[in-house]
Amino acid sequence: MENLEQLVQDGLSAVESADSLQALDQIRVEYLGKKGVITQQAKTLGKLSPEERPAAGQKINEAKGQVEQAINARRTDLEKAAIEAKLASESIDVTLPGRGQDLGGLHPVTRTLQRIEEIFSRAGYSVEQGPEIEDDYHNFEALNIPGHHPARAMHDTFYFNPGTLLRTHTSPVQIRTMEAGKPPFRMICPGRVYRCDSDMTHTPMFHQVEGLLVEKNVSFADLKSTVEEFLRVFFERDLEVRFRPSYFPFTEPSAEVDIEWGREADGSIKWLEVMGCGMVHPKVFEYCGIDAEEYRGFAFGLGVERLAMLRYGVNDLRMFFENDLRFLRQFR
Amino acid sequence: MKFSEQWLREWVNPNIGSQELMDQITMAGLEVDGFEPVAGEFSGVVVGEVQSVEPHPDADKLRVCQVSDGEQTVQVVCGAPNVRPGLKVPFAVVGAVLPGNFKIKKAKLRGQPSEGMLCSESELALSDNHEGLMELPEGAPVGQEIADYLKLNDITIDVDLTPNRSDCLSIKGIAREVGVLNSLVVSEPAIEPVEAVHSEVPEIRVEAPAGCPRYLGRVLRNVNLKAETPLWMQEKLRRSGIRSIDAAVDVTNYVMLELGQPMHAFDRDEISGGIIVRMAKPAEKLVLLDGQEVELTEETLVIADHEKPIAIAGVMGGEHSGVSEKTRDLVLESAYFDPITLAGKARHFGLHTDASHRFERGVDYKLARDAMERATTLLMDIVGGEPGEIVEVASDEHLPADRSIDLREKRLADVLGMAIDRTTVEEILTRLGLHIDKLLKDGWRVSVPSFRPDITIEEDLIEEVGRIYGYNNLPVTEPTGSLGLVARQEAKRPVSAIRNYFVAQGYQEAVTYSFVDPKVQKLIDPEREGIALANPISSDLSVMRTTLWSGLLKTVAYNQNRQQPRIRLFETGLRFEQHDQRIDQEPMLAGVVVGSQYPENWVNGRRTADFFDVKGELEGLFRLLGIDVQFIASQHPALHPGQTAELMRDGEHVGWLGTLHPQVQKNLELNGTILMFELFLNSIVTGYVPNFKEISKFPEVRRDLAIIIGSDVAFADVERVARKHAGERLTALRAFDVYEGESLGEGNRSLALSLFWQHPERTMNEDEVHSLFNGVIDALKEELGATLRS
Repeated sequence: MENLEQLVQDGLSAVESADSLQALDQIRVEYLGKKGVITQQAKTLGKLSPEERPAAGQKINEAKGQVEQAINARRTDLEKAAIEAKLASESIDVTLPGRGQDLGGLHPVTRTLQRIEEIFSRAGYSVEQGPEIEDDYHNFEALNIPGHHPARAMHDTFYFNPGTLLRTHTSPVQIRTMEAGKPPFRMICPGRVYRCDSDMTHTPMFHQVEGLLVEKNVSFADLKSTVEEFLRVFFERDLEVRFRPSYFPFTEPSAEVDIEWGREADGSIKWLEVMGCGMVHPKVFEYCGIDAEEYRGFAFGLGVERLAMLRYGVNDLRMFFENDLRFLRQFR
Repeated sequence: MKFSEQWLREWVNPNIGSQELMDQITMAGLEVDGFEPVAGEFSGVVVGEVQSVEPHPDADKLRVCQVSDGEQTVQVVCGAPNVRPGLKVPFAVVGAVLPGNFKIKKAKLRGQPSEGMLCSESELALSDNHEGLMELPEGAPVGQEIADYLKLNDITIDVDLTPNRSDCLSIKGIAREVGVLNSLVVSEPAIEPVEAVHSEVPEIRVEAPAGCPRYLGRVLRNVNLKAETPLWMQEKLRRSGIRSIDAAVDVTNYVMLELGQPMHAFDRDEISGGIIVRMAKPAEKLVLLDGQEVELTEETLVIADHEKPIAIAGVMGGEHSGVSEKTRDLVLESAYFDPITLAGKARHFGLHTDASHRFERGVDYKLARDAMERATTLLMDIVGGEPGEIVEVASDEHLPADRSIDLREKRLADVLGMAIDRTTVEEILTRLGLHIDKLLKDGWRVSVPSFRPDITIEEDLIEEVGRIYGYNNLPVTEPTGSLGLVARQEAKRPVSAIRNYFVAQGYQEAVTYSFVDPKVQKLIDPEREGIALANPISSDLSVMRTTLWSGLLKTVAYNQNRQQPRIRLFETGLRFEQHDQRIDQEPMLAGVVVGSQYPENWVNGRRTADFFDVKGELEGLFRLLGIDVQFIASQHPALHPGQTAELMRDGEHVGWLGTLHPQVQKNLELNGTILMFELFLNSIVTGYVPNFKEISKFPEVRRDLAIIIGSDVAFADVERVARKHAGERLTALRAFDVYEGESLGEGNRSLALSLFWQHPERTMNEDEVHSLFNGVIDALKEELGATLRS
């Protein structure tokens, strides 16, 4: 039995010096496997008297337990070391840039349009579309701009033939929507419009949003709040807004809307014209078959590029249609 | 409309400064566009008198003058041709500072001492006239500061009037507005009838009374048109942007500015017979005052004599009948021409005159006689002459009818959003020159004066009250209204979702012009004709796009020329196509891709985008939209014949995907492989509403196979055959390898496919799967000539 102790000592030191899980497993087989040297000790039990056997058997079991425990402990250590080594070998430079597709972006006009649409949609306005090649009736006549009207000179119109033109505003969409439906109406009409004019501050195509609200009881005071609130929501600023009498053939009364945009040297407000608006002209209702005694309405119109320029600080209108990627990428 | 502030203040003089006055006018709806001082900034310039003029001993063009400044007489060397003894001129004394900070010092000119300078108008920045010295009237007080003498503390105000406010195209009209705004009485010059001193009257016949409902003429005999227009009148004209010509023209212009009535003066001796107002005959010609000869049309209203037209009515007079220094007898014209008859007439001849501007917008139809009397009086003060009776030809039937309009108090309050008290309303209307005929139970009956043709309905009166009361004094209230819900189609995706998808795929949105260069479009879409604009801005923006590619490819060129090799763009918008009488305006979605598929990176970032990259992105879009689209090999004139797919949905053409044809690419001077797609938006935005199917609890089985097959056999055919024989439990079929190589033999390629089966209610057994799999293999062999790759 001195031999057993020696075997345990040998086993323990072998475990201690095992440097891999494989080596450790070999040691386990060598000492504790079916034919392992400690397991084999059980065969010597046969030579012992029945009285001696239980004590000797227990000793063998203890010896097995001792070595097994050492093996388990060693295994845990070795496994931990292996994981650590693996982790160490897997470390990367997390500061290298990521890969994959770049993000594109919306055109600033679309971005502005979507913002305007969102603001009005939430107040229950529908978004209406219409043709860009229009007829004279919807672009002018039904908006109370007959053929001889001097206001036609305010619209430098692109024509295809005398009765067919590129719409000069999105107001014809309001006419078409009113013709097709029944009041009340609450809508905005965003879209491309065209004027035969091209210089530093004019492009032959640009975008407008026109709004219309028709209800039984609506007033200029309601128009004022709608326009003021829109401008404050759009610019996210509590800016001053003023309404200046003006003239549009399709609204009466009509106003132009100025917003506070900086200060003059003397501290007075610098005003900037941003929108036009007014109460729907009874003639327009008449053209659309709506009783102007029963319903009233207000309408407003704004230039999208102008608002985008103010909002984003763009200083040249023409850049919107050059589509220079270095410009477009600034709006994503 | 430009006018002098001082002139306005002669009519109405509110106790406010210039800026406040302009703000007030602007806020009344007469937008002030700008203003400028009527003279440059200078000091030390007085009325001087030239006492003697001697030749310069050493210079031919210079003269040595003795000039009095009222206190002393000094020597001044002067080069102006009109310098002469006795002349009164602006005299800049030593120490004076002229515009541009030009200081006047003692000097010697060619050896002769000169103390001060005699000035032209341009040297005082009064005008750009530098032809000689400014000549002051004989009565000008020597020694008085020029600025005081000419009342130069004045500005020219430029008002940008809306076309409805023709009544404000005069001092009288603006003064009326300022009077209303400040509750001040406006003082007008007294206009008295001028008594005739002879019996000669012009013969006037109006043959076109619809175009000319009122025409007044008067003969003024024995005038002296050499007489100079007085300085005060010249100055008022100058400060209103009108150059002085001669007394007759100046007076008619003056009356037009003052009262708003355009007038004309003819040389009586050049009128043959009498005056006839008629429509022009076809091909009649007339040389206008500006020297151009125009051919008149039957739509042109003319003033004619018994032989020929002598003026285009309300636009411009003829050269022949115009007045000159030699004119002895005048015929003065003051008329009301119908705005609709005159609309667009000036523009037709490339003209825009002060008269046509006013007549087209509507002149006061009762003003002609007052204007005639006023002009006669002013003219006689200058040129003398003997007036005759006024002859007036009027057609009541064609003159605008006097109007009265009912204004309801409730309607006023409803439209403006507040009730305005009755006395305020009445005061506003009355000061505006409207007359309250009658107080009604619920409002007022208001008669509209002849100078306000724009006021025709109740709303116009409401606007007048609101405008003068002040829009900014009206309340601000939130609209109330119906809160009905609106239908929303779930299967239809908004265009914004499509845009966002492309943005996430790295595309930048472009917005290009709807009109394009027909030459470029012809290369891209040769089979369709773009609708041509009658009046394009330029030839490269002259036809409507038939495809969004026209603008996108131009954008590619623009960016490639600016060192942008990687371009991914998309656009949504209409394309336009003419079908006989119908014009189709179809919303499209288009994109172009050129350059590397991904931004350059440290692994494989330079791989050029190819057909399948873009196809994959479109397939992703179709999944997003919930639609099934087939890509069919096809041909398109703009696309590479071997790299073109027509996109079909349920047998309907929905668009194109392909590589730009190398020849077109060369013609457009573009670089790189350019992939392009264009889709009909309306054909793809509506997909389906999800409908739940039970998830199978049983395992999925996968089988892979590799076949060698002719390269001309489309994958779509392989898939179709495989699916046909794979049975209804096939859940997916994928290609996981495509290979072409010499080892496969010419014209062959290898395709590796994986097939997936799953049964909803049970595990599929091995035999069952095996037999389906073999069925697929056999079909591929038999139907498509495939061989199994070992």
